[in-house]
Amino acid sequence: MSRPPRLQPATSGSIIDFPPEASCLAIEGLSLAYGGKSALRGISLRVPRHRVTAFIGPSGCGKSTLLRALNRLHDLNEEASHEGRILLEGQDIHSPEVAVDELRRRVGMVFQVPNPFPMSIYENVAFGLRLQGGLTRRRMDDIVEWALDAAALWGEVKDRLRASAWSLSGGQQQRLAIARALAVRPEVLLLDEPASALDPISTLKIEELIRGLKSQLTLILVTHNMQQAARVSDYTAFLQDGELVEYAPTDNLFTNPSLRRTENYITGRMA
Amino acid sequence: MKRRAVRRLPRSEGPWAWLAAGSVAVSLLMLGGLLLLIAVRGLGHFWPASVALVTLDDGRAIAGRATRELPLVGQEGNERLYFTGNRDFDGHVWEWIPVSAIASQQRPVDLVVLERRRYGDFIGRLVAVGPVGLSVDHPDQEAVWPRLQARLQAQQALRDERDRLVRDTLRPLVQRVDANPGDHDAREALAEVNDKVRALQAGMHGEVAIVESVGGRRLEQPLDEVLRAWRPNAMSPVEKLMAWAQNVWRFLSEGPRDVNATGGVWPAIFGTVLMVLLMSLLVTPFGVLAAVYLNEVAHQGRMTHLVRIAVRNLAGVPSIVYGVFGLGVFVYGIGSSLDEWFFSDALPSPTFGTGGLLWASLTLALLTLPVVIVATEEGLARIPVEQREGALALGATRLETLTRVVLPMAVPAMLTGVILAVARAAGEVAPLMLVGVAKLAPQVPVDGEFPYLHLERKFMHLGYHIYDTAFHGNDVQAAMPVVYATALLLVLVILLLNLTAILLRHYFRARHGVLARQP
Repeated sequence: MSRPPRLQPATSGSIIDFPPEASCLAIEGLSLAYGGKSALRGISLRVPRHRVTAFIGPSGCGKSTLLRALNRLHDLNEEASHEGRILLEGQDIHSPEVAVDELRRRVGMVFQVPNPFPMSIYENVAFGLRLQGGLTRRRMDDIVEWALDAAALWGEVKDRLRASAWSLSGGQQQRLAIARALAVRPEVLLLDEPASALDPISTLKIEELIRGLKSQLTLILVTHNMQQAARVSDYTAFLQDGELVEYAPTDNLFTNPSLRRTENYITGRMA
Repeated sequence: MKRRAVRRLPRSEGPWAWLAAGSVAVSLLMLGGLLLLIAVRGLGHFWPASVALVTLDDGRAIAGRATRELPLVGQEGNERLYFTGNRDFDGHVWEWIPVSAIASQQRPVDLVVLERRRYGDFIGRLVAVGPVGLSVDHPDQEAVWPRLQARLQAQQALRDERDRLVRDTLRPLVQRVDANPGDHDAREALAEVNDKVRALQAGMHGEVAIVESVGGRRLEQPLDEVLRAWRPNAMSPVEKLMAWAQNVWRFLSEGPRDVNATGGVWPAIFGTVLMVLLMSLLVTPFGVLAAVYLNEVAHQGRMTHLVRIAVRNLAGVPSIVYGVFGLGVFVYGIGSSLDEWFFSDALPSPTFGTGGLLWASLTLALLTLPVVIVATEEGLARIPVEQREGALALGATRLETLTRVVLPMAVPAMLTGVILAVARAAGEVAPLMLVGVAKLAPQVPVDGEFPYLHLERKFMHLGYHIYDTAFHGNDVQAAMPVVYATALLLVLVILLLNLTAILLRHYFRARHGVLARQP
């Protein structure tokens, strides 16, 4: 980030493209800056529907920034400004017709640090549902059970739904966060290094979960763990210095990167 | 042991560690000493101490409780202070006697102490009990003492019945007649009850105890003026302990008597606690809202920064300044206007246009506002950003995030603010003197009369009670133990209020295991 902004776009490697009907999200020429400090420059890519797409890249490359742009969490930052478009199912998410809370319901998110709310396990999952309102008690119970089941947590917590969510282990808390996001039936789920704070076994569970969920929704995963990206994702985008360097099917990217610097990164010669 | 302790301190910070530990030790010692002093002096006041019969070298005899001993000025030996009572005989109740002038000292069991409504205690011997004008040819003290006890109990029963009658029957009837002067039934009933009360009072009059001081002067003491009687020299330690407990209870549960120097402090306890609770109720919503605005809503620029500095500095403004502000704005400004608009019937006597419970609570709420704001703001700032983003990412608006996730998590911090506010407010006296505390307000501000809570009334306060008893009584020696006892009580009341808030905070923290998560 400390180097001066480049005027010329860096030489790009292969960028895979999908037909509009197969893609769920389309990012078109997105540039993003914090108070004049550039974070993303001219990113264009399409995210395929019902697949797992991973964003990888060195720290500070802008992968988390890109992810957070997808559900407009940047709105919180008064200094953030952007150019370009992000289309969710063909509609610009920054257009005035799109309500930001509605957008965030459609594009859910799971964070790096488990962040259960200070309530019971049940209330955590029901949180998003209660915001929407209009659900009967029975329907709510059903959705909570479904979401916990989908997050592979139901068996562990079904007898203590009224217990505080903070009594769960870190891995369980992260699966609870996934259940909480799933409960509002999003179309896209953003995962920001969801396993980086967890032990290996919990990490494995989360990865299994991600692979299993792609039949139901589109997932985008930010990770700095190469093995994880390789294990979990179908497509991988490599970002560096706020630019999209290479975007390819995961197998291709890891076995046969088209650029030297992609290769250097994934083989660990540059961090 | 000592050498090991020395070695355990890190060598690099040797003298500093000792200095720091020493400071803590000195602070703790001073705190402990302070509490011990007020506890011993305050609680000792209620002990039914023995009464000594002292015969002096010149043949004079006095009876009294020894309270203090000081060295004589310019001479060898000590002099001792005796509480001798009998203000109606001597005009004074204290006597300094040089120890060297004491010829003999006894503790006769037949010395009685009478606690009286007027003139304070009587110390002497009991001669006879009976109707007014009885003759006293054959004093028989052993039979007289039980009789006195029985008569006093009967008096107490009559007094209780009268009070009950006045409270439950007479007052409501008076109100009915006041509201509807044509209500003849009520008038008749009132006359009937009045007669009953008069009969009871007549039954209380007309009984006397003839008592004699050790100096030989006699007195016909009307029994309805006597509150209690005891013979401290005849009491066993257990009896004394029970009498002590009874005295403590009366101190806590009764109103003051005799220019606040004796009697209890119940109205002051009630006033202090009620004022602090009202203050908490007023300051919490304002403080929390202000903190939420500063931390969550306002643009974090130079202006917010300045406001924040101003709020922190407000906490340092001397409390009397708040008192002046309260007097000028609340009492004379708002209060006078309220009187003109709503209580014009009562003018020129003010209703809200004078100091009262509401204005005192508001003034103290203002005084403690910065504390609550700062504590709440710090609590809000500590809440991890992931919590807010987590709620937002589920489609919650900023308001929903605030009310459903952020504020519940900040409750312990708010309670910390309230604890600090209570600790500061309960001990304040200076501003209260301007905005509503009273020297004597035996009626507590809560009663059965609509609207039950009388915010415009003046109230008593333990802190002001201490000041008033200590400096404005006519008997400094008698006031001193009361001051200690009241001071102890004030400390205990503040401790209790704080403990309540601390337990509440603990409950909120423990509910979701925040204890484990918060740094």
